[in-house]
Amino acid sequence: MSERAHTIPHDVLVDSLARGLTPVRPLPAPAFRAFAWCAAALALGLALMPFADLDALRTRMAVPDLRYAALGAVLTAVAAALAAFQTSVPGRSWAWATLPLAPAALWIGASGLGCLRAWVAPGTGAPDLPEASGCLVFLLTVSLPLSLGLVLMLRRACPLRPNLTAALAGLSAAAAAAALLVPFHPHDATATDLALHLVVVGLVIGANSLAGGRLLARG
Amino acid sequence: MAGFHSVAFAVLAGPDRPDGSASRAEERFGWTEARRRPAEDHGIPERMTQDRTLSAAMAAAQAGDAEAYRRLLHDCLPVIAGMARAQGVRPEAVDDVVQDVLLTIHRARATYDPARPFLPWLRAITQRRAIDGMRRAGRRSREIHDPVAYEAETDGGPAPGQGLEARDRARILARAVAGLPEGQRQAVEHLALKERSLDETAQLTGRSKGALKVNLHRALKALRLALGPDSADLGRPKPDPAARERGTHDV
Repeated sequence: MSERAHTIPHDVLVDSLARGLTPVRPLPAPAFRAFAWCAAALALGLALMPFADLDALRTRMAVPDLRYAALGAVLTAVAAALAAFQTSVPGRSWAWATLPLAPAALWIGASGLGCLRAWVAPGTGAPDLPEASGCLVFLLTVSLPLSLGLVLMLRRACPLRPNLTAALAGLSAAAAAAALLVPFHPHDATATDLALHLVVVGLVIGANSLAGGRLLARG
Repeated sequence: MAGFHSVAFAVLAGPDRPDGSASRAEERFGWTEARRRPAEDHGIPERMTQDRTLSAAMAAAQAGDAEAYRRLLHDCLPVIAGMARAQGVRPEAVDDVVQDVLLTIHRARATYDPARPFLPWLRAITQRRAIDGMRRAGRRSREIHDPVAYEAETDGGPAPGQGLEARDRARILARAVAGLPEGQRQAVEHLALKERSLDETAQLTGRSKGALKVNLHRALKALRLALGPDSADLGRPKPDPAARERGTHDV
């Protein structure tokens, strides 16, 4: 960019930019756009609801740490989406990026507590391989469209720190996928489960920062 | 002494304190009102007026008004340059940053919310592009101060006295070659020293290629004997400059 820019005088650049001006509609507020994305994720969850085992869900939600883990995942998804949209607009504070930290701590902490409970009071069998791989596939397949949608929405703005914004988008998509997994989860949270979720969350965030960062930077 | 310092600080920092609050000295001496008024009259309203003008121009540009947009970008040029310099961009790199910012403004113009002030939006873009510019400049090679590396650097050029040594070696080699029988001497001169091919040498000397090979082999053996036991790899008949170099050194 700069090599090309270096050779032309400012006036020429200004004139060419002014000539190429097309009317644009100011983007809606970041909070509104984050809300729109959350609504889309919720719609996806509702569309999947007929396949959920609601009785098992009700039983699991009676257990405090599972309830808090699910709540943490939902809050992390919302907070990270809001932070991603805020950081995609120039002039907004970078402190928004810290917003998802507290809900993420609740999410991971509560899931960890669940593991501890399973460890202290064994009896809730650890997930076997097919179940675990089922979760993995679910998390990845749900994360992918959520990430894509989020990155496409973020591209319409102008993230000045594309990697940070993309990492927040990844966190949001991964947390939303984990929250959507809750009604379909065949077992309680266990250590392998938590490790698996963390791996998937790491994968989704990493993939988003790698691909999304470039997508956002180029846009 | 402490009193003097706080008064001096108040005079220096005065109306530009970031939180806009009065210093203790100002309160104690009752200067607050007197000192604040000029700042309100000049600095802040001027910036607010400028912001309002630019904000209105940007809103017009979003609606597609090219003339307002051109004026806006022109008005932004000195502002951006000032912000970039304040960020620590070197004078020769300011123009690059300014143009990067112009391009970013163009691409990000939909993200400007006309209900908000314009300058913070511009400053965020400028700061980021200035940092990008400085990172790019940091990646390019530049002069560094490292006296140890400078002293430890080996000299790639010829060492003192190397020319004399080389001449001596060449003379000794020439004498040894001259002492060879005619056929062997020709083989060494053409094939090893002048790096000719077997075909060329055969044409020039009128000898067969086989004879040349035998002669070269015998000549090298004789030279090895003549020039001492530690010069085993003298004058290999390969056109390999590294081998040739080694050969002459070892003589």
